[in-house]
Formats: sequence, C-alpha cells, structure tokens
Amino acid sequence: MQWTELIVFSALFLLVTVMGFVAARWQKGETLDHLDEWGLGGRKFGSWITWFLVGGDLYTAYTFVAVPALMFGAGATGFFALPYTVILYPIVFLPLVRMWSVSRVHGYVTPADFVKGRYGSHWLALLIAITGIVATMPYIALQLVGLEAVLRSMGLNGSGILGHLPLFIAFVILALYTYQSGLRAPALIAFVKDILIYIVILVAIVYLPSKFGGWGEIFNDAQAKFDATPAKTDGILLNSNNQLQYATLALGSALALFIYPHSLTGILASRGRNVIKRNMVALPAYSLVLGLLALLGYVAISAGTKPIVNQATGRPDTNTIVPELFGANFPSWFAGIAFAAIGIGALVPAAIMSIAAANLWTRNVYKEYLKKNATPAEEAKQAKLASLVVKFGAVAFIVFVDPQFSIDLQLIGGVMILQTLPAVAIALYTRWFHVYGLVAGWIAGMGYGMWLLYNIGNPAINKAHFAGSALPLGKLSIFGWHPFGESAMTIYVGIIALAVNLIVAVIVTLIAKKAKVFNGTDQTDPSDYHVDEDSPRVKPVAAH
Amino acid sequence: MPSDHKTGLRWSNWNLLLIVPLLMLITPWFNQDEPRVFGLPFFYWYQFAFVPLGVLCVGLVYVKTKDKPVVTGKPDKLGVDDLDEGAK
Repeated sequence: MQWTELIVFSALFLLVTVMGFVAARWQKGETLDHLDEWGLGGRKFGSWITWFLVGGDLYTAYTFVAVPALMFGAGATGFFALPYTVILYPIVFLPLVRMWSVSRVHGYVTPADFVKGRYGSHWLALLIAITGIVATMPYIALQLVGLEAVLRSMGLNGSGILGHLPLFIAFVILALYTYQSGLRAPALIAFVKDILIYIVILVAIVYLPSKFGGWGEIFNDAQAKFDATPAKTDGILLNSNNQLQYATLALGSALALFIYPHSLTGILASRGRNVIKRNMVALPAYSLVLGLLALLGYVAISAGTKPIVNQATGRPDTNTIVPELFGANFPSWFAGIAFAAIGIGALVPAAIMSIAAANLWTRNVYKEYLKKNATPAEEAKQAKLASLVVKFGAVAFIVFVDPQFSIDLQLIGGVMILQTLPAVAIALYTRWFHVYGLVAGWIAGMGYGMWLLYNIGNPAINKAHFAGSALPLGKLSIFGWHPFGESAMTIYVGIIALAVNLIVAVIVTLIAKKAKVFNGTDQTDPSDYHVDEDSPRVKPVAAH
Repeated sequence: MPSDHKTGLRWSNWNLLLIVPLLMLITPWFNQDEPRVFGLPFFYWYQFAFVPLGVLCVGLVYVKTKDKPVVTGKPDKLGVDDLDEGAK
C-alpha cells in the first residue's frame, strides 16, 4: 500500500466530493426540477466553464491512460489521437452552432429531440436515442477502467469482487452528487480535474525526458523495442499497410465524437453561439496535452516500466503504464496528485455521460412512450433515477464482466454512433434524406459494421472476434466479391459502415421520393438555425 | 453550395479555411523519421505543428465571420434571413 499517494489522492477526492454537492447551489436557477436545469445546468455556461466542461468531457481518464498504453504497446498507430483531436474542431465548427441554435429555439435537450423535431418521427428519434444510450454505456464503464488503473497502482489491487470495492465506493459518491446537482457537478469539478492534469503533464513532459537521456534517446529506445518484437505493425513510424487505418480512424473518430450524446450535452449547456465558437478555437489546448501525454508511452519504454498484474483478471494491465511511470519516477506526493488527476478525470466524463444517457431515456423513451403527459418535474425526477441506473449498470459491467468486454464494446460503440451521423448531423443542413432512407441506412450500416467487427480476429492475443477496428481491405467482401483482392492494407471499420449507410440511405430515399411517400413534418424553420442568445425567439429556460 | 435562403445557409469564403487542417490526414507527407527537432522525429513534430495551425484556421474563421450582419453598413436594407425572422 502506498500511503502518501493514497492520502493525497483521498484528500483531493474529498475536495471534489464536497464541490459536487455544493454545485447544486452554484449559479442556481429557479428550480432544479427541470431538465434544462438538472440536465443542462440552466443552459447558461459561459466560455470558461464550457471550456473546462467540454474539455473534461472529451479528454477522458480513459484517453489519458489508454493512449500512452497504446503507444507503449504498438507505437505510432496510437498517435492517431492527435490528428483526431486536431481535425475535430474545424469539422464540427459550423454544424455545432446550428445544432445549438435550433435546440435553443425549440428547447431540445438531446440529439434525438432534434431528430424528432426535424422529421416528425418519434420512431426515428427512438432509434437515435437507443443508439446513443447503448454507445454511451460502455464508454462510462471505460472511465472505471481508467479509475481502477490508478487505484490498483496505489496498492488497492485486491482480487475477486472485494478488489473492486474502492471503485464501488468512488462511484456511489459520484452517483449521489450527480443525482443531486446534475450537470453543475461535473462542470465545477472539471476545473479541479483540468488544472491538475495540466500541472502534472507539464511537469512530466519537462522533467522525464531529461531523466532518460532526452527525446532522441527515448525514440531510439522505442524503435529498438519494436524492432525486437515479431509483430510487423509496430514501430515509431507507420508502415505501408496501416497509414490508411491511421487516417480513417482519426477521421471517423472526429466525425463520431460530437454526435455522442454526452458531447452535445456540453454544447447545449452553453450560453450562446460565440461561446461555442470560442471554444472550438481554445479546446485544442487539450489536444496538445493529449499528444504530449501520448509520448509518455515511449518514456515508459525507456524507463523500463512494467504494467502491473490486475489481481481481478490475472493479466498484466497495460493501462497502468502511466500511473506506474509516475509512481516510480516522482516523489510520492506528486504521484498522488497525478493519480488524483486521472481519477477525478474519470468522474467528470462519467457524470456527464450518465446525465446524457438519462436525458435520452427520459425525453425519447419515458416521455414519448411511457408517460406522455409527464410534467417537467416528473421528467427531472425520472432523469435523476435513470442516471443512477446507468452508473450502477456501468459498475456492474466492470465488476461482473471482464473489463476487456467494455473495451470491445466501446470500439463497437464508436462504429454504432457513426451510423447516426446522417440523421443527426446531415439533417442539420438538409432534409433531402427520406426518413425511410435514414432508417434503412442505419440498419444497413449497423448490421454490416457489426458483422465486420465480429470477423476481425487477432491470433497474437488469441482473440477470434472483436479484436480491433482495423479491417484488412482484402477481407472486405460485398456478397462474396473482394474488390481489393488480397490487400493487407487496413482501414477503420466505422468509415466503411458509414459509407454503406449513406449508399443505402440515398437509394431508399430516391425510391421513397419516386413513390411520393410522406416524409414527416419539419417543425423547424430555416432561420431557427441562426438564432443567437439575444434573440426573442429562444425558448425561455426551464419554462413549463 | 447554393445560397438559396430556403436552405437556411449562410456562406462565407472564409469557411474554406476549415479544410486546411484536414491536410494532416495525408500520412505519406510526413511518415518519416528525419529531420528531427529536439530529438522528435518528423512524424511527431509535424503533427504537433498542426495544433497551432488548426487553432489559427478556426480562429480566423471565427473572427472573420463573427455575427456578420447580412448587409453591412446598410441597416435599412434587411437581408433575406432577417426578413425570415418571426416568419413561421
């Protein structure tokens, strides 16, 4: 047991717990019994709060432990996280402000609310809502993987169910203050998390390389390690077969990120269009940190860091690389701060994701099908309860099922959420797609994507299915026809599935238009997409 | 893109700058070790350089298209989108 680390960690954890509960009264509105307040923090966050909130939401604890772990294990391919988070902002800059405006005019809380308003189809909205919930659940579970990596590095590495007890306690606390304070809790805690992260990374990036002979030496060590392995896909550079995968994974991930419900929650909670635009300029500061952090995976190679064996699964957990590196090379008190940064970094996104999933459940399932005349107060109550269910579901996932399963599911989740792109993002610009086309495209993209993922195996780690998202082009078959022959070049499955989705959506749309099938009623007006905070047309917050 | 007001699109040529950062997806341009800077292989520092480049591009678009009135300096002549205000 590492007492100093544990004490520093616990103290900081206690601090954010207090903040989490106090947050209910921070910038409080008239009532917390409305989704605008509980689920969107009153829709009034300014530039700074949004920067911390969205930054804390997108750059999660899991990212901070998994990306360096990937670099440690496979090399350059893990660096896709940098291009991913650089191209992200220019891609979403324009669509996001449209989404904000139309949601503000009509009081939409979730992406599925928008789809329902745009197409007048609660079935299509249900499809989007369920996709969002299913894709978000494993993402929450992954935050626990990040938190647990830190807890186990501090010596809380018990076996069996009891080994998960610290994790369970941390999550009960999180669940309680999220229940009470809603989105205000992660918004306030994000300040602590991000400041800690920035301090830790800056110190690590200045101090560690000099300790191990400078960057040149570190990269040479990494290359030497990769040269010694039998695997051909690793190395400090890409090879001819994985470059397409690298680029498409970055692009696909960037396209997917802001259609995840939790990212939109952060956007819809902001005060106005300029807040979002300024954040699109300022958020890449986190990308810089993520890129630097990724390089710590190579530092760990030079430092000879060994992943610790997870006593619950009996396997070495490469996600413990960064915690172990910090533990071995920094004084205990500083390692404690680093661990707290990662641990609190898990709480912020976990809270926002559970709120986003709860909003989807409440708005697009509960109110739509179970209790049509629910009052705003009943909606808020339902969402609070749903957030508890979602969080305990995630804990159960980690405790009772192999964590590897969550990692697999998250991989699948990315491919799944991409299938909602035509209905959520393209619909912001045009209603050209027919509602039947969108549904058919979703089914085709989802089915084909899942089938491709199922068939990706990796003999090296003894996995026959769901072993990654890199598909060799030679394996791509269209009803038995292999358009790329035996090519070993790999591509991200999500992009292929999205292409299939779009092709089917276009074909079905053309048929439906030819047959003059009714395409639902659009409740939105073209001018809704440009409305800003000072317009008289915005819907009052928390109106009944 | 058509500027037909019924699509509700407001286009500015500055928006084209948003495409520039996507150039970093062309991996053959930078998948090499040399030249190194501070020991960092080209592959890495090239991509790091895209972080400020991306900020610059998005920032320019933000500043140049900031709440631009549809017709500048002629408040008496409302643009088509402003005439839509309130129209349902």
